Amino acid sequence: MWNFHKWFERHTLILLIGILVVVSIGGLVQITPLFFIESTIERVEGVRPYTPLELAGRQVYIREGCYTCHSQMIRPLRDEVERYGHYSLAAESMYDHPFQWGSKRTGPDLARVGGRYSDEWHRAHLLDPRSVVPESVMPPYAFLANADLNMSRMGDHLRVNRMLSVPYTDEQLANAVVDARAQANPLDDHAFDFTQRYPTALQRDFDGNPGRVTEMDALIAYLQMLGTGVDFETYQAEAPENRR
Amino acid sequence: MTNRERDEVSGTETTGHEWDGLKELDTPLPRWWLFIFYATIVAAIIYWVLMPAWPIGNGYTKGILGWSDRANVAADVQGLRSARAPMFERLATATSTDIAGDPELQQFARAAGASVFGDYCATCHGAGGAGAPGFPVLADDVWIWGGAMSDIERTLQVGIRSDHPDTRMSLMPAFGSGILSAQQIGDVTEYVISISAANNRLEANTIAAGRGAAVYQEQCGVCHGATGAGDRTLGAPSLVDDVWLYGGSRAEIRRQIELGRGGVMPAWGERFDAGTLRALAYYVHDLGGGEADAPPPAPAAAPVEPSQTTPAPLR
Repeated sequence: MWNFHKWFERHTLILLIGILVVVSIGGLVQITPLFFIESTIERVEGVRPYTPLELAGRQVYIREGCYTCHSQMIRPLRDEVERYGHYSLAAESMYDHPFQWGSKRTGPDLARVGGRYSDEWHRAHLLDPRSVVPESVMPPYAFLANADLNMSRMGDHLRVNRMLSVPYTDEQLANAVVDARAQANPLDDHAFDFTQRYPTALQRDFDGNPGRVTEMDALIAYLQMLGTGVDFETYQAEAPENRR
Repeated sequence: MTNRERDEVSGTETTGHEWDGLKELDTPLPRWWLFIFYATIVAAIIYWVLMPAWPIGNGYTKGILGWSDRANVAADVQGLRSARAPMFERLATATSTDIAGDPELQQFARAAGASVFGDYCATCHGAGGAGAPGFPVLADDVWIWGGAMSDIERTLQVGIRSDHPDTRMSLMPAFGSGILSAQQIGDVTEYVISISAANNRLEANTIAAGRGAAVYQEQCGVCHGATGAGDRTLGAPSLVDDVWLYGGSRAEIRRQIELGRGGVMPAWGERFDAGTLRALAYYVHDLGGGEADAPPPAPAAAPVEPSQTTPAPLR
């Protein structure tokens, strides 16, 4: 035994290869099964890829570090289900690259915040959180209302997501910027085309400023769709493959 | 290389390694530590057998206990619902007088209402219904869409300017976007102040208010009424009191005439069952300004079924 070990200890390259083999076993044991377990992602109706505007809002969410205080993961615990709604499903994050589950819960969980408050509330809250929630410790994000949304890389952003197996169509890729403008303005020339490409998406002026598409538009569009995808009427929570 | 020898000073064996004359002791692990270590290995093997553990092929070992977090939480929530169901069933068909006359039911309605209100409503309407600019105060006796319990419950069900097909809907035009001139808006502002209780503190300019009266009758009276008393069927707030949704300074009143803002309240009818809605309506009604009900309201939807075979979705 010692002689075998001596062989490793006296040849750096062999030692290095040995270390790599041992470490990769640890990784493979954790990662490879996820590609084969069929039950990892539940079969659900209603979850769709993000619209370009929502995707941009998601980038704002990540850029501003919202995930450092807000989770997007309702755990299967009674008090969380009572407070936030149905526990989060893997299927709800299947188009997230990367997912925003988070782990720090200074603020409330946002996994099902969509539709819970009005756009106006979100605006007031982002401009000055304490104007509507006096006990809040959230910093204000008023500058988002004055920041025009940078759309120059929007098509690329969708393309990268498609490389990560988000099922965007060619048409959706080609019209990314058009769709972003149309979602934030129901009177836009391409408003109808947008609803054809994203039939279940919300379409309105999220930031109360019809003349501009701001980062506030994008962020509120993103927040208002969180957790609203899954059709729980058709989801079989009782099915054995969804029990885990 | 493998000649283990005993160290003279400590009396412990060495490992037998020797590097440039240095040797290392092979001090044995404490017994208590070693046995705990063995015990954790045994515990891990028992855990594999009992609980979901190893990924294999297209699934995983389920463990003989058949543990499922999701099944557990569904059972927990179902248990909670069954425990509450009798009271919610009584609530779903109770009028405000029924609730007020039954201390047990009243206590339940207040507790259930306070809990849901704190979770869903207080974010906009403030703790205890204190309100905020743009989000009406619920603790006073001033109501835009009606303050009887049935009115409140209707508002909860369909929301205001929400995506519900029967939502309560009113749209005030933005008079500043070309409908009225700046001069006319100033005049109407003075007139509105002059007919309201705010006249005591703001003291309207009577000449401007006189000019504004005609504009008011032409543009505003249709909804807010000739006297400014408002119309709850249209959701037009009263202008004669001194309660202002978007602020009661002269500038703020003028700003609202210019912009015609209207807030959105989501429809809650699908998120909550009938009993919860009734509890919430009672809670809001009970905050201070609730008005008497005209006819007893019909239950909103099918009453809660405690003995459902398939539990409703957890939301």
